[in-house]
Amino acid sequence: MADTVKDRPVYRNIHITQLPHYRLPAPGWVSILHRISGALLFILLPFTIWMFDASVTSEISYAGFTSVFSAGWAGLPGWFFKLVVFGLIWAYVQHFIAGLRHVWMDMTHATGLAFGRQSAIATLVATAILTIALGAKLFF
Amino acid sequence: MAQTFGSKRTVVGAHYGLRDWLAQRITSVVMALFTVAVIVQILLPGEMGYDKWSGMFSRQWMKVLTFTAVISLLLHAWVGVRDILMDYVKPLGTRLALQAATIVWLVGCAGWAVQVLWRL
Repeated sequence: MADTVKDRPVYRNIHITQLPHYRLPAPGWVSILHRISGALLFILLPFTIWMFDASVTSEISYAGFTSVFSAGWAGLPGWFFKLVVFGLIWAYVQHFIAGLRHVWMDMTHATGLAFGRQSAIATLVATAILTIALGAKLFF
Repeated sequence: MAQTFGSKRTVVGAHYGLRDWLAQRITSVVMALFTVAVIVQILLPGEMGYDKWSGMFSRQWMKVLTFTAVISLLLHAWVGVRDILMDYVKPLGTRLALQAATIVWLVGCAGWAVQVLWRL
């Protein structure tokens, strides 16, 4: 028993030093970006809830909320906070569309190579378009 | 094979079952519906400002939906972050500490969001 187990190949996570040698296909990019965008949304959660708090609580807090993005806050300029929100927008859109792809694949068992590749490319393209459109609305 | 039972039992695993996986999918659908509800209301006629924005979250059905989305986020992010920690953080003590911190972080954030929602 132990001898047969020993000879099996072991697949582990890609080590960070191997990254430059990897050519990641589109579904791989969607996979790792799902992780990165999810982690980003998790880390920025207090900022998101602060935005919710300040924007809905009162007219005074709403004015404070908008001034953070125009006049800045705590010595940091307004565009810095817009940049953070731009990051949040990208992460939300990426995670949302890739998540729809996930749920769709789980429900329909659409696990073929062609669908995986095409839907991954569609996810990346749709995310780029939506992120740029919402970013333009944010900055201009 | 390493022993993973008895006193060597893996205490920071994924329960090796369907439950968390399914919970993550169901909560994602709840949050997607919440997102659509917010977008539709933003696109409804009327100039965007404090009145329209806070009015959206003042309606009872929207409060219930937002509350459900917050709790869904709590469960969804817990499964996701735990998966990330299980993949990249191997020492058991560090992983357990980070998982505990994740729970504190998420419960704290959810509490804050519910507090904001409650007083609207």
